[in-house]
Parts: sequence; C-alpha cells; structure tokens
Amino acid sequence: MQTPAPCEYSRATSVDDAIAQLQALGGNARILAGGYSLIPMMKLRLANPGHVIDINPLESELNYIRQEGNEIRIGALTRHVNMLESDLLSQVFPHIFREAEAVLADPVVRNRGTMGGSLCQSDPAEDLSGVVVALKGEAVLRGPGGAERVVGMEEFHLGPYMTSVQPTEMLIEVRIPTHSGFGGAHEKVERRAGDFAIVAASAALAIEGGRITFAGVACSAVGPTTLHIERAEKALVGQAPSEDLFAQCGQMAAADCSPNSDGRGPADYKRHVAGVLTTRALSRAAATAVS
Amino acid sequence: MSTVEVPPTKHVGQSLRRKEDPRLITGRATYVDDLALPGMLHAAVVRSPEAHARVVAIDASAALARPGIKAVYTGEDMSDLLAPLPMAWAPPGVEIKTPERWPLVRGHVRHMGDAVALVIGDDKYVVVDAAADVEVEYESLPVVIDVEQALKDEVLVHASLGTNKTHEWSMGGGGDIEQALAASDVVVQRRIVNHRTAGAAMEPRGCIAEYRAGALTVWSSTQVPHLLRLFYAVQMGISEDKVRVIAPEVGGGFGGKLQVCAEETMCAWASRKLGRPVKWIETRSENMAVSHHGRDQVDYVRMGATADGKITAFHAKIIQDLGAYFGLLTPMIPELGAFVMTGCYAIPVVQTDIVGVLTNKFFTDAIRGAGRPEMTHMLEVMIDQLAEELGIDPIELRRRNFIAPEQFPYETPYGITYDSGNYEAALDRALEIVDMEAFRAEQADLRSRGVLRGIGFSTYTEICGLAPSRAVGPSGFGLGIGLYESALVRVHPTGSVTVYTGASPHGQGHETGFAQIVADRVGTDPSVVEIVHGDTATGPMGLGTYGSRSLSVGGVAVAHAAEKIAQKAREIVAHNLEADPADIEVRDGRFSLKGDPDQGMTLAEVAGCAYVDATKMPEGMELGLEQALIYDPSNFVFPFGTHVCVVDVDPETGKVEVVRWVAVDDCGPAVNPMLIDGQVHGGIVHGIGQAIYEQVVYDERGQLVTGTFVDYALPTTMEVPSFETDRTETKSPSNSLGVKGIGEAGTIAATPAIVNAVIDALRHEGISFIDMPLTPLRVWQALEQARGDGNGPRDSEQGASLPAQGEGSAGSGPTIPEGGRS
Repeated sequence: MQTPAPCEYSRATSVDDAIAQLQALGGNARILAGGYSLIPMMKLRLANPGHVIDINPLESELNYIRQEGNEIRIGALTRHVNMLESDLLSQVFPHIFREAEAVLADPVVRNRGTMGGSLCQSDPAEDLSGVVVALKGEAVLRGPGGAERVVGMEEFHLGPYMTSVQPTEMLIEVRIPTHSGFGGAHEKVERRAGDFAIVAASAALAIEGGRITFAGVACSAVGPTTLHIERAEKALVGQAPSEDLFAQCGQMAAADCSPNSDGRGPADYKRHVAGVLTTRALSRAAATAVS
Repeated sequence: MSTVEVPPTKHVGQSLRRKEDPRLITGRATYVDDLALPGMLHAAVVRSPEAHARVVAIDASAALARPGIKAVYTGEDMSDLLAPLPMAWAPPGVEIKTPERWPLVRGHVRHMGDAVALVIGDDKYVVVDAAADVEVEYESLPVVIDVEQALKDEVLVHASLGTNKTHEWSMGGGGDIEQALAASDVVVQRRIVNHRTAGAAMEPRGCIAEYRAGALTVWSSTQVPHLLRLFYAVQMGISEDKVRVIAPEVGGGFGGKLQVCAEETMCAWASRKLGRPVKWIETRSENMAVSHHGRDQVDYVRMGATADGKITAFHAKIIQDLGAYFGLLTPMIPELGAFVMTGCYAIPVVQTDIVGVLTNKFFTDAIRGAGRPEMTHMLEVMIDQLAEELGIDPIELRRRNFIAPEQFPYETPYGITYDSGNYEAALDRALEIVDMEAFRAEQADLRSRGVLRGIGFSTYTEICGLAPSRAVGPSGFGLGIGLYESALVRVHPTGSVTVYTGASPHGQGHETGFAQIVADRVGTDPSVVEIVHGDTATGPMGLGTYGSRSLSVGGVAVAHAAEKIAQKAREIVAHNLEADPADIEVRDGRFSLKGDPDQGMTLAEVAGCAYVDATKMPEGMELGLEQALIYDPSNFVFPFGTHVCVVDVDPETGKVEVVRWVAVDDCGPAVNPMLIDGQVHGGIVHGIGQAIYEQVVYDERGQLVTGTFVDYALPTTMEVPSFETDRTETKSPSNSLGVKGIGEAGTIAATPAIVNAVIDALRHEGISFIDMPLTPLRVWQALEQARGDGNGPRDSEQGASLPAQGEGSAGSGPTIPEGGRS
C-alpha cells in the first residue's frame, strides 16, 4: 500500500484560520506541516484523516527562532534545517540542538520537517523531542477565539502518537528557558544514519561556581513517550560534576526507563544502552559547559 | 606533414564518462511508469495477509460496485493459461519436487502477500481502494518459518508434495571427505547462518501489457526481455513472433528482475481478456514482500588441515530456505556457489551437500552473487577460524594454500577449470596499501583508549561470465536454455554506428563500455556509437544481464562483430587505395595505410562505398556494413582479488562502524576503470548492507516484520568509508578481450572481510566467532556472553553455543530474550 485513502485538502491563511477550519471540520482533520510523518502514515493507511489543513502558507507567522528575556521561542513551523543551522540556538544551547538535528533523519526530511510536527507526532524514538524534554521546554497551544495555554512536555506527550493537543487546538510555539553556564549533548545509537533511535539520550546542564544549577536528562525510544529521568536530574542539581556522578545517573536512567522488545532490540539491551548514552551525554555536556 | 607521432586513438582503458548519465541525472530517462498508452487500465493485486491458509471464499461484489472498476479476476478465471510460472533448472539425474506456481493462487495461500485476486480499473487509485474491498475468507493453516523445523515435515507447505524437502544435490571431488577429514591434524567446524536479504532495487518492478490485433507487447522493468518473450509465448499460447518485450530504462535489478513475474503474466492475460493495455507498478511495500529475496541458508561447514597449515579437506552442508514456491532459478542458487567452493586455494578434497527446503515465506532466488557470496562467506570465515585454531596468521595461512600463478589453467577437484589467476599479487598490492605494521600499532594504541579496531581479509575468486552454453545448458548443468550472447553492429551510411546487444543493462554502463570497444575497432568515436538493448523486436535473441556476464559474453560478442566490420572495411579501403588489406590499419580514427597514414578513409567514407556508391566496392562484395553474430565462450571467467575491511566496535553499545576499505580486484584488462570502480563500490556496499544492517525478518506466524525501509535498514553513504580501490590485471584466456566480470565481485568478497574484522577487534574479549548481521544488539550480546564466561575464547564448536545465533534460522531475526535480562 503506497496510496493514501481519499481525503480533502485545504490551505490555511493564518493560524486563526487554521483553528477555525479545525473547528468547522469537527475532529476529522489533521494539520499538515512538513508532511514527513503524516504523509507516509497516510500512504500506509495508518493515518486516514478525512481532511488535511496545510499550514505551510504560514511560514512568515510560524517560522522563527528568537530570544525574549530568559527564553528562546521557536515557532511551530520552524524547519529542522533552521534549527540545525541557527547561530542563536548554537550560542545559547551549544551542541545539543545541532547534535540532535544532525542525526535526525536526512537532509530531505530536515528541509521540510518542523518543530511542531516533531512534537505533535509524539514518536518516542524521535530526537528533537528528547532535546525539548531535557531543556524543559513548554508548548504553546492556541485554540478557538485565540485562547492560549502553555503546557510542559510531561503534560504534552501522553503516549505514542498521542498528545494533549485538542482537536480544535494547534501547537504554535515552543518556549525554552535559558541558563548561564549551559552545556548539552545528544547521544544516539541507531541502526544506520537517519534511522529512528534504538536508544537516544539528551543531557542539559548548567554549571555555575563548580556546581550544577540545572539538569535535564531525557531518554528516547525507551518508553511510551520521550522519558524525562527525574531521579537523575535531582541527583545532579547542587552537585559538582564528576564521572562517578554521571555513571550513577546512567544507572538511574537504565533502571527508570521502560523499553519494549522490538525489531530494534530486546528490552535489556535498550536499558543497557540508555545507561551508557546517558552517562556519555552528561559527561560531554559538562565538558562543554560554558564557563 | 606533422613530425609528432600521434598515438592511435584508444578508447578502451579510458575512464570515459557514462553516456547514460545525462538523461538519468536530468530526469529525461523513461521508465515503465513514465509510459502511458491510450485506453490504458490499471491493476492492483489483492494479497494474502495470512502466511498459510485455505481460501474459503472470495467476494468481489463491493469492489466491482465501485465506479471505474472493470473486472476482478481470481486464479480460476486464469485456468486457460497453458503453463505455470517457470522454474528453469532441471539438472540431469536429480529429482526436484517443484510446487506448481500460478500467477493467482488456486485454493491455498502459502506465504504472506500471496496473490489472491487481480483488480482492474480506470486509474491507479481506484484499483487500490477496490482491492481493499475484496473480501477473502481464509481458513488458517499451521505455518512453518524456520528452515530446520521445516525439514521435520511436521507442517507441510505443499501437502501434495508430501514433504518440504524438494531436492538433495551433492557433489564431491578429490576423494572421500570423511576419510580426508579424519586424516587431518585439525578439523574446525562451524554452523554459519547466511540470513535472508532483499534486492531492494531503486525502481520496483512494473509492466504495461498490451494485447492488440493478435500480438502481445509488454513493457517490463526486466533484466531478461528475450526470456520473457519466450515464456509469454508458452504460457499464453501465442506464437513467439507475435510477442514483443521491451525493457525501457530499468532502475536496478540486483537479480530481482531476473524473474518471470506473476503480476506481469496477469497483466498480459488481462489485456487479452479486456482488449485494453493494462499497467501494474509495484509499490515499495510489495517490493519488500513479494520481490524475491536472496541468501537464507544454514550452513554446517568443516575444514581440515595439517598442523603446518595446509588445508586438506572442506565440507559444506547447505540447508537452503527456498520459501513457499520456486521462482525462475530458486533451487539452483546454492549449487552455483558450489563451483567456487575451493576459492583461491588448492584444497585437495571437497564435498558440497545441498538440501532444498520449503517454508511459508516468499521465495528466494538470485540476488547479486547468487550462491557465491554465501559460499565465499563460509570459506573465507573458515580460513580465519582455522588460522586461529592453528595459531597461524590468517594472511600467511592464505598464502600457504593459494593456487600458484604457474598452476593455471587450474582444474579444481570439481572439474572446474579456473582460467587464470595471480592471487598473491592482489594480496601483496592490498598489503602495500594497508601497511599491517602501522595498522597493528594503531590498533593497540586505540585499544588502550577504549576503541576496539579490527582488520579482516577476504581473498576471493568467483565464477562468472555465465555461459558457455554446453556447460550450463539442458544437457550440462541443467539450465532450461544455453547461455550465450548476441550482437549486431550496424554502420549507417553516414558512418555513425548502432549496436544491438542481447545483454539488457539496468545501471551497469553498457552503453559506455560497449561503445568504447566498438569505437576502437571501427575507427570512430564512442559518442557516435549508440548501444541499443532491451527490445526483442530490434535485435537478435539475447540472454540478458546477470551473473557478471555482460562484458565477458555480450561485450566480446560486440567486439567480434565489430572486428568483422573492420575486416570488411579494410578490404573496401584496400580496394580504393589499390593496396593489400593486410596493410590497412585503424589509426587515429581512420582506416589508413601502414607507414603512410595520409592515405586512408574514414568510417563514413567506407560506409559511403558500402551504401551510396557501389562502384567503389570490391567486385563481388555484398553491399552494406552490418554484422550480426552469437558468441558462446569456451569457458567461464574467474575474477579474483583481496578485500580488506577495518572496523571500529563500540564495546559498550556494540555498534560496528566500517572505517576503511581496501579493495584490489582483478577482472582482467579494464575497458573503463571508472565503471569497474562503480561496480566495486556498489558491490561492497551491498555486502556491508548484509553484514551489518540488512535482514528480512518474518515472525513465527509468517508475518513480514521488515516490510518498509523504516524496518529494513539499507546502508546509506553515511555507513560506508571512502573506498580505496586498486586493480591488478590478469588476462583471461577464455575470451579475446581477456576480460572477466566485476558486477558481483564486491558483494561476494565483502561479508567475510567484515566478519573477520569484527572478530579481530573482539578476539581479546573472548569472542572467536559471530554470525551476521552484526547489529549493535548481536555484538553486544556476544560481548555480554563472553564477559559472562570470564575466561578466554569459548569452545571452538561455538555458533550453536550462542543462542541468539543458533536458535533462530536464517530470516528469524535477532532473538529477543523473554522479558529481557536485567
């Protein structure tokens, strides 16, 4: 099967127009952004929306990366390639965005695929979600009448391919708090370049005065959603960075994740790799932290 | 007159850029799916979701009710086909139980994706929707997936055959294998699984069939247009002269289009039934499920040797997973490997025992190398295993057993005559490039820093140039038709040249290499030599492109035809210059008088005599300048070489990365070194793919788990290093060009080099053997197991001792321990 089921198509003229269309179509519609997840799923008939609303005309409204106070704001239609090449992101969050974007699929996908699409697909093996979870980003959801709500990633991702975005809501922006003394890294083991992760780990640290002041650790492909390793984060904050500490955090990640056995490997292997990659990512995050 | 000596034009040997490429890279090429005919209908196939079931009922009423649907056909509707789909191997003296295979099933499905009904309609979308509307009631039957389980005959794939074992084929040479093994100082034995892979050509299969006014024309993405014409004529009862098959641009085959495809026969049949052209284009999902797979063997191998490293005996028992039916050559594939069982070595006693077994999977057939990669894998892995057992360096062990250059032509214990070889020269050249001393120092240094680097060698020879007809045909090896090749060289009145070849390229570069061969012989430029292929109406009978045969059979045919043209041209020129034909030579693009090159004629001037002004022709000579012939070589050709692979293994995650590859291949004198490099690069990537990334996996219910490119991991440019290729050139005495084949060599050589390299990287961790595919999981599991044992290399009987490799058969995928191991 490589042929989507019949469906209707329309273009959005603004964010509010897209939301009005969602409202009018009553749950039978999906937002089409980059199309590199939705269209293949439609071709395999794993997704059969009656209607797709194309938001690509909203490039000027929704493709941006900017700093506002202690936050970086990324528009939902910002392409992966924009994040990969962003000097601002690289300056504020060195390594972590570039490392994740560089191993996310391939250039064709990165040229079209978007921040919003990555998060809304809610694939637990996806790389960018791991970064946003580790950085404790928040999603801005807009609904009918311009009502907006801001949700953290734990609340946003409900399970594989499930989010808390309501049928009449649209993800418009991701907000990420900035930190001084920031260091980050993304580690991934995949079968081949561009593949979904067997396991990936994202680590974000802020180190000031020799102490860890902020810690974010996320593991991908080892749970129903991208997992935030809370125990490790608590263990890190307030401590001086050390290889022993990072090894302990790796053990926590291995213990706390909940992988399934599948074609990419059995649960015990994934658990082991989650530990190894968490340790590696933390170690590199600390080594590259801006002093 | 110039005093500077200008060398004669010589196109052969130059890396001429591919004549094919401008149209390919600018999107101007025409593939089957680019074609449309007036009134054309579209076809989609209803496929079984079950791996083994009885078809109880088929209800097509909902599909037929859809606007735009013309017909839905089932197997019974096609009962007027005169013959089932062909299997073209009948070795004299061997009984093969061949299951009948019709384009659409008749009562039972036997693998996931088996074709149950054909839907025909106005456009390609409506037929897909209608196919989903066809309701099929199945009564599930037990399924057998594991090849060794299937041998027990507890579940029969075809009850009417009474067994899953279709045939046994044995060949021995040089003496009694058991005696030879018993007399050996050491015997190493291993169970080696060569897992199932997909061909995965970039362009899936497809066809348009048009039956009109009593004649059938089929545009097919095929490697074998002339064979298709023959089979369509037989199956449909149409006189062969009324059947035309055209292979337009073909986007890769790798053996997957060396097939008589069920879907194409269906379209031909439906076109005759409906009086309209019918098009079918395979989807990628279909391509993964029902384009034939390759490999899939379980091999039990034993190698004996003296204490000082002379190999005394080699035995292979091959259990071949055939799948649920036979394709064109399915049961023959492992036998092809047997012919190179001795590889580069003077092994005195050999024995091959092959068992063919049916399972509820799609059938296996020829995929790049076809039997030879499997056999070479066994042999080259076993050489390293034996070296470890004997404590001899694996390179030195190879040298001690190489057939020496002066022993050629060399007759193997199987009676095969290797044409030529100089194995040490290729190995020496590879070692020069690699620098083993530097490598070992680097390896030790990296190991101290936690990076496990390893090096692996594969010194291969293979049999290709498929021909000669007497050896491979019905009275020889038992193929349904002898293998030769045709050529027709036609010089036009203005001196440009059209060449028709029976070879049928699908990416190899014939249009460039063949043009170079012809241009040199008739004194013209390759840019005005057009190579025409893939149309049964334009050239003589041909056998197609596979088995690395095109140059050494088809290219030589073209050369011989061009030489005959050149001889006639010499006579015409000599007549006009009043000279002796023996004094006319091809020089600087003209036919000129030896010693006085100003005296001569261009090919256009010669053609002018032959076509325009008959008074300039020698008395009694036929007009025109055209030559057709069929060439049947005297022997196979045996390319060889040394491939060296360097890998890094991550000891914590098990991930293997190929970091360096040195390939020294010898395929005789190069016609176009760039084309050779291209084939070698692609061949190695194919081997890297199998060794580390690719595996077709079915679950225990016969469901294909690797049905998309998300699940089936093909390597990309990111997975391969920049290849370091070099060549030695040893002429073959089998043909006048001295050339051998190169299309499959990289694939044949590659996999054991990778396995040997990974073992070299991990030996100090206590790992002495590991099977493909070398996924991170499998390597990690092997490391865990070795670390668990704690002390040194495990039992050399291994293989079976590693449950992850031993329990599953080929194609059963990575074993997943119950509930994990925490």
